[in-house]
Amino acid sequence: MDFNDTPAEAKFRTEVRAWLDANAKPKSATGFSAENPRFQRNEAEALKIAKAWQAKKAAKGYARVTWPKENGGLGGTPMQQVVYSQEESKFDVPSGFFEIGLGMCIPTVTHYASKEVAARYVKPALNGEEIWCQLFSEPSAGSDVAGLRTRAERDGDDWIVNGQKVWTSGAHYSDYGIVLTRTDPAAQKHKGLTMFYLSMKSPGVEVKPIKQMSGGANFNEVYFTNVRIPDSQRLGEVGAGWGVALTTLMHERLAVGGGQGGAGPDIKELIALARETELEDGPAIRNAAVREKIAEWYVRGQGLKYTTYRTLTALSQGKVPGPEASIAKIVVAPKMQILSSFAMDLEDMGGVMTGEDAAQNGAFQQSYMWAPGLRIAGGTDEILKNIIAERVLGLPADIRVDKDIPFNKLPTGR
Amino acid sequence: MNFDFSDDQKLLKDQAQKFLTEKCPTKAVRKILESDEPYDKALWKQIGEMGWLGTAIPEEFGGLGLGHLELCVIAEELGRALAPVPFSSSVYLATEALLLAGSDAQKKKYLPKLASGEIIGTFALAEGPQPPSPKTVKAAFKSGKLDGVKSPVPDGDIADFTIVLARSPDGQGERALSLAIVDLKSPGVSRREVKTIDASRSQAELTFKGAAAEALGPAGEGWDLARRVLDRAAILMAFEQVGGADACLVMAKDYAINRYAFGRQIGSFQAIKHKLADMYVMNELARSNAYFGAWALSTNAPDLPEAAAGARISATDAFSNAAQENVQTHGGMGFTWELDCHLFYRRSKVLSLALGATRVWKDRLISHLEKKNVA
Repeated sequence: MDFNDTPAEAKFRTEVRAWLDANAKPKSATGFSAENPRFQRNEAEALKIAKAWQAKKAAKGYARVTWPKENGGLGGTPMQQVVYSQEESKFDVPSGFFEIGLGMCIPTVTHYASKEVAARYVKPALNGEEIWCQLFSEPSAGSDVAGLRTRAERDGDDWIVNGQKVWTSGAHYSDYGIVLTRTDPAAQKHKGLTMFYLSMKSPGVEVKPIKQMSGGANFNEVYFTNVRIPDSQRLGEVGAGWGVALTTLMHERLAVGGGQGGAGPDIKELIALARETELEDGPAIRNAAVREKIAEWYVRGQGLKYTTYRTLTALSQGKVPGPEASIAKIVVAPKMQILSSFAMDLEDMGGVMTGEDAAQNGAFQQSYMWAPGLRIAGGTDEILKNIIAERVLGLPADIRVDKDIPFNKLPTGR
Repeated sequence: MNFDFSDDQKLLKDQAQKFLTEKCPTKAVRKILESDEPYDKALWKQIGEMGWLGTAIPEEFGGLGLGHLELCVIAEELGRALAPVPFSSSVYLATEALLLAGSDAQKKKYLPKLASGEIIGTFALAEGPQPPSPKTVKAAFKSGKLDGVKSPVPDGDIADFTIVLARSPDGQGERALSLAIVDLKSPGVSRREVKTIDASRSQAELTFKGAAAEALGPAGEGWDLARRVLDRAAILMAFEQVGGADACLVMAKDYAINRYAFGRQIGSFQAIKHKLADMYVMNELARSNAYFGAWALSTNAPDLPEAAAGARISATDAFSNAAQENVQTHGGMGFTWELDCHLFYRRSKVLSLALGATRVWKDRLISHLEKKNVA
């Protein structure tokens, strides 16, 4: 056991590091900071900067390390992608705008579209010129995505799409999207779906931001009113959309779970808070109950960190990581919620304050308000537990009442 | 990044698992639980013959001279099998204490026999139902003589010698304690088997009345040494706990697949699925923390105390949860003597207390983090 790079990894790390040193600024020592320019700029400006950075990365092949060179990647290994991400995370560079497109949409397009079509879309997405979004969830189709009702009806060489999508990240700045629709309501619900890609500038597409409980608006509702999509933009066979969507979702769970480790204040910030907070009997850090709680979360966090090391080891050895990689989000999201809640409890009556009036610049308050979203996005805690139970432990699938019934005969509630 | 055991170590683990599946089915554990036999002597003899007891003992002292990573993989399998043998007392505690603090002469005297299994050693810390500490330890070691009562001492009824945490004449506070080695067959030592929640492993009360004892390590460093021994033992025991937790998950999963109620497999109910998914998550976190402990132990890293606390807390939580929820998953059958659930339930609690409760380890973990100035 050791934590060192292989010689090849070390060489790649040096190359990456040198390129980053020449092209970006290292993060400040404080790490998590509300003053980070990333969080301050308005979105249009942030997007401009992100696109410029993406173009630089793409020119070097770093935009997608594992993609083949002919698609603009580096033709590298998954471990090289990890090395790049590790190094990049030490620099103050923009992130987030392209992950859904490159992580989920484009792999789906390249898998199901013709070579010519794929060639048209891959590089502009990689260079950051075109942004993609994923249009799956609907008001009546959250965890049960296959329950979606956005209707696509054949009209000559086109399809006419009507309906509503929801929780679409980045729809308002996206150029293209992949959209899952119902093409046969009389078929069993998983069998009547078809996937398309479309321009988000198509007539009849309307994007409205959703104001979240945290106050921000990171997601959208997208309305489709008689939107015309040519049949040539279909991905996969008519009625085979569920299989196509599974390819996409498999990528999503990896992306959402993997990237959230450092998403908010954690043990370091909690210990700092416990040191500066005076309780009735002295600093909170000296209080046995406080120490016990911090220790519990620290151990969970470390357990997850070392689980990642096990995954990286498999990648480094050219093996497929084990199922332990699937536990990340189910650990991170509830921990974020309970830890930030506990931190606010330490602040007692003053724990209600946010921003500059609050301890730690309100980082725990911000985290507390964001955590419910993290427990839901990209697979709820409950769905993820079902996945572990069924796919990892091999427990039987739930008995379904919607299996052999045409979609349009299913009970719907209101 | 190579955060995994080597192919050779994995091979050793497979061999250990095969051996224990054959020689130590739960039937063998029950035999010890239900009889007056204190441990499985035949199994112990074979374990000695295979060299497992001397895995981390250098060759010059009669061991295999492999290392702690090898010991970790064996420990996991012993835990999975609930092996009713004094392995943890003799290997994780007595052997580690001697390796850590023994003089050359002491190592020569004890280690070769510990490696072969010819003698069994243990470590006597507790004095009744409260945590041992410089404030509470009453046993006294003075001028080569030991007086006091230690209880419960794991394998105290069968061990040939024990290392004892005792008060020394001069020191104050944390420096008030020393370690001493006592031959348990010598005059002035009496033992009484004590009843515990898990009779598949025996424990005893040891009474010392002027028993001859020799110092292990410098006077006044007993508390520090004891904690360092416990750190090392905690990592090895964490692997036992991870093995036990894994066995519980397998049992619960198999039962959930084969048991039908309300016209369906109970494993198709989310109440059961989520319970087992939670168990899986805790087990994986525990395994990863134990791996870090293994690395720290095998490299003697400065982070060893922190790694030990992490491994200990995580593995204790995982095995306790897995053992409890395994009974629950089995329903009424899980509460019978006939099913094996209670064997794991008993052992998980014994292991969770054996090296001190997690309350103590959590406090120590935070102390280490404070010292490291994490914040």
